[in-house]
Amino acid sequence: MSAGIDLENVCCDFGSFRAVDNANVAIRPGEFFSFLGPSGCGKTTILRMISGFIEPTQGTIRIGGKDVAGLRPNQRPTALIFQNLALFPLMPIWENITFGLEVRGVDKATRRRKADELLKLVDLPGAADKMVSQLSGGQKQRVAIARALAVEPAVMLLDEPLSALDLKLRQHMRAELRAIQKRTGVTFIYITHDQGEALAMSDRVGVMSQGRIQQIADPRDIYNNPVNGFVASFVGENNVFTGTVQNPAGGVAAFETALGTFRARLGEQARGPGVKLYVRPEHTLLSDAAAPENSVPVTISEVSFEGAFISVMGNAPNGQLLTAEIRNDGSATVPAIGAAMHMSFDPARAAILPDAAVSGG
Amino acid sequence: MHKTRNILFNVYMGAFLLYLFAPLAIMGGAAFNDNKLPSVYPWKGFTWRWFADLMNDQVMWTSFRNTILVALAVVVIAVPIGTAAAILINSITGRVRAVLYGVMVAPILMPGAVIGISTLLFWNQVSVPSGLHLSVLGQVSYIAAFVMLLVLARLQSFDPALEEAALDLGASHGQVLRRILLPHLTPALAAGGAIAFFQSIENFNVTLFTRGTSNTLTVYVFSKVRSGITPTINALALMLIVMTLVAATWYEIGRRRRARVEAAREAEGRRAAAAEEM
Amino acid sequence: MQDMLRRYGSSLTGAFVALVAFWLLVLVILPNLTLFEQSFRPYLPVVDVGGPKDTYSFNNYAKFLNNPVVWNLFGFEVTVPVHLKTFLSTVFFSGVVTFITFLLSYPLAYYLAKVVEPRSLPTLILLLFIPLWVSEALRAFAWYIILTFNGPLNAVLVGIGLLDKPVRWQNGVLTAYDAIVIGLVYTYVLFMLFPIYGSVQSLDRNQIEASEDLGAKWWQTHWRVILPHAKPGIASGCVMVFMLSAGSLLVPSVLPSTSSNWFTQTIQQWMLESQDWNTGAAYSFLYILLCTVVVALVMWLFKVKLSDIAK
Ligand SMILES: Nc1ncnc2c1ncn2[C@@H]1O[C@H](COP(=O)(O)OP(=O)(O)OP(=O)(O)O)[C@@H](O)[C@H]1O
Ligand SMILES: [Mg+2]
Repeated sequence: MSAGIDLENVCCDFGSFRAVDNANVAIRPGEFFSFLGPSGCGKTTILRMISGFIEPTQGTIRIGGKDVAGLRPNQRPTALIFQNLALFPLMPIWENITFGLEVRGVDKATRRRKADELLKLVDLPGAADKMVSQLSGGQKQRVAIARALAVEPAVMLLDEPLSALDLKLRQHMRAELRAIQKRTGVTFIYITHDQGEALAMSDRVGVMSQGRIQQIADPRDIYNNPVNGFVASFVGENNVFTGTVQNPAGGVAAFETALGTFRARLGEQARGPGVKLYVRPEHTLLSDAAAPENSVPVTISEVSFEGAFISVMGNAPNGQLLTAEIRNDGSATVPAIGAAMHMSFDPARAAILPDAAVSGG
Repeated sequence: MHKTRNILFNVYMGAFLLYLFAPLAIMGGAAFNDNKLPSVYPWKGFTWRWFADLMNDQVMWTSFRNTILVALAVVVIAVPIGTAAAILINSITGRVRAVLYGVMVAPILMPGAVIGISTLLFWNQVSVPSGLHLSVLGQVSYIAAFVMLLVLARLQSFDPALEEAALDLGASHGQVLRRILLPHLTPALAAGGAIAFFQSIENFNVTLFTRGTSNTLTVYVFSKVRSGITPTINALALMLIVMTLVAATWYEIGRRRRARVEAAREAEGRRAAAAEEM
Repeated sequence: MQDMLRRYGSSLTGAFVALVAFWLLVLVILPNLTLFEQSFRPYLPVVDVGGPKDTYSFNNYAKFLNNPVVWNLFGFEVTVPVHLKTFLSTVFFSGVVTFITFLLSYPLAYYLAKVVEPRSLPTLILLLFIPLWVSEALRAFAWYIILTFNGPLNAVLVGIGLLDKPVRWQNGVLTAYDAIVIGLVYTYVLFMLFPIYGSVQSLDRNQIEASEDLGAKWWQTHWRVILPHAKPGIASGCVMVFMLSAGSLLVPSVLPSTSSNWFTQTIQQWMLESQDWNTGAAYSFLYILLCTVVVALVMWLFKVKLSDIAK
């Protein structure tokens, strides 16, 4: 059984500080949904409101269509996986896993059986009688997941559960988590400040900044069609141009900058000051001759080899540093430092976007 | 240079231990001297007589029983109070915390005699006569502070996320207390209980003013020392010291065994983590 | 409080608060208020209590200044009230005890914290703890045995020729309080040792080595690096030993000389011999004042907080 979650105009204040501002999101049953955002943007606060450790200052939270206002954490069908896992150090693994059943009065034999079952599910058979301190980081991670699954929650809430692991293990556990989610069909709400993690695992991602949800979309749209500058820069690199919008028409506009006038897609809310043009380095093309449009002459200043791609940086005539990435597939020649070249981009791959939506704005 | 320093330090340490234990040994030795006055000198021959006298001393046995009863009562009252106080102090902040903390530790710094007298006067005002029950209350007033400090120190190493995790898994507040918090506090509660017990047994000042006409062991020893001493006191002292030694050794053996088990587990955890890297 | 309600729920929070309230109100605050109030009332037969004679006054405190006696202070003869003399002697000799225990403890605390092999440390600590578990009455009694005229100390000293004839130690060689000081030092030295050990131990060894590396002599390292770091522990030890010494009733009673008098003994006389509880209360209150002054003084001198002292 899994349930959807609806947040309607949810706000959370700590004194005069607004940690979460007017959050609206409808998470579907069985979905893998991630909240992505920099440290301190209010992700944990949202999770703690859903699990019931904090009451929202305003707004409604519904789990499976039911308003959960006033329900305490132990009365909600959610299970939280803590940032530091919070395994009980004084209980053996199997008691840890079935603690939720124990407090519901399930008898010992049943619990023991359930523990073995869950340990198999998270690929950790035979660990039932060990103590927490006997396990490695990845194993503890699995126990935490098993413990949350034991109470058969409708929603699993995960607060940066992989942040304590080292890189390789983290990548392995990503796949593992995703697989467990698919197998159990439980709704997962996942929190992370690692964009790679969010994009790779989720059905949909909500990007947050300063208490505000900036955009909710599937990973591709988040990356390819960010709604504002914050989302564009948080989930990837950009060449950014400042300037002013000229004759917008049909979702396209001309953008006048110090380096000339470019044509690009016009974002929906791109109005007023603070509007900039964003182009991803991998969409920035490098050529010897100038392209017919959206072209900037550059002097190559740095070439760095990154493995799968090569990152080329060049100075535009006004001194601005632009980056282009070329695939390391042998098709392109690597430019020499000091070479005079041109960087250009397709109007369809560039977007004119506003800054982040901020509180009250 | 460090070598001479270390030799000096070791000699000093040895001398200090001798200083601590020689008086106790002399006192214990006197329990076997067949001399009417308690002394190892002059030595008049070995005897068990003082132990026999002690066994037949009814007043001593009553005092002993009283001491144990008072100590148990103190443990039963002071440990819950101290624990509750530590939990309370641990979850508040700011000025209130500072003031409350001050009031809680003040009884430790207050002379025992004053605690005894104020307890006596207060309960006398509300027409409760003196007696060992007042000794219990007087002792609790400062012993609870010791328990509070011990539990508070242990609470500082407690991760509140464990409580939240348990609540989130559906446990009631009572279950969280019983299954999560109290097990974590167990070492501090045991230490607190032991300290409360021994502090109570040791107590003289509070008891002297509140006891009414009942005797405890310290009061009994005190009255004996002032009014004609016999080596039965030494026999009693020796038995108490031996009991202490046994308890201390037993505790230390248990502690070392637990430390070994925990170290082995952590080593296994590290091995598992290393295996994961590959 | 909010935090507490959320963590423990209303009934548990209620129980915790009730327990603490019982402790602080019924066992600590109200008794002390009673003590204070009673100290201003006269000592009367039961029938007169609450009658016209039962009025507030400073009479009980005035008794502190009665009965002047001549006191030979370092060669000067001064006339002071007898109880004031007892009070000042108690303060002075408690200070002496505190100072001696510090001198004895500091090198040992440093040795335990920084010199000794870590392997033997738990055993040493355990050994040091054992005497603490032995009753104060018995520890004082042990010195009574050692110091008696026909006791082992005289026997040994005469035996090896250091003394030609036995000395009456308990009557004092330097002052009337020699035996009491010896007994108090022995009884309370560990209350100095452990706090200092705790604070020296928390000092990073690198700091000591850095100081030596920069060319500091051993005493400079102690004076400039270790002692300042150990300050809270020293403050804690000093307060504990001073309070325990000044508040001790057993040791001064077991190891008295013919002319020694400890302030606790004076209080005990009012309470148990004269049965004048009101004057006893007044004297107790003076004692509380003394304690407050000492704690405040130490906190100010060492610039430490109460939470550093009481650990
Ligand atoms: N109990 C609280 N009282 C006051 N401010 C708080 C409280 N909890 C969180 N905040 C503030 O609210 C903001 C959001 O906190 P939150 O923990 O939700 O951030 P986060 O996105 O989870 O960050 P991180 O990635 O560092 O975990 C932060 O600025 C934080 O300082
Ligand atoms: Mg967080």
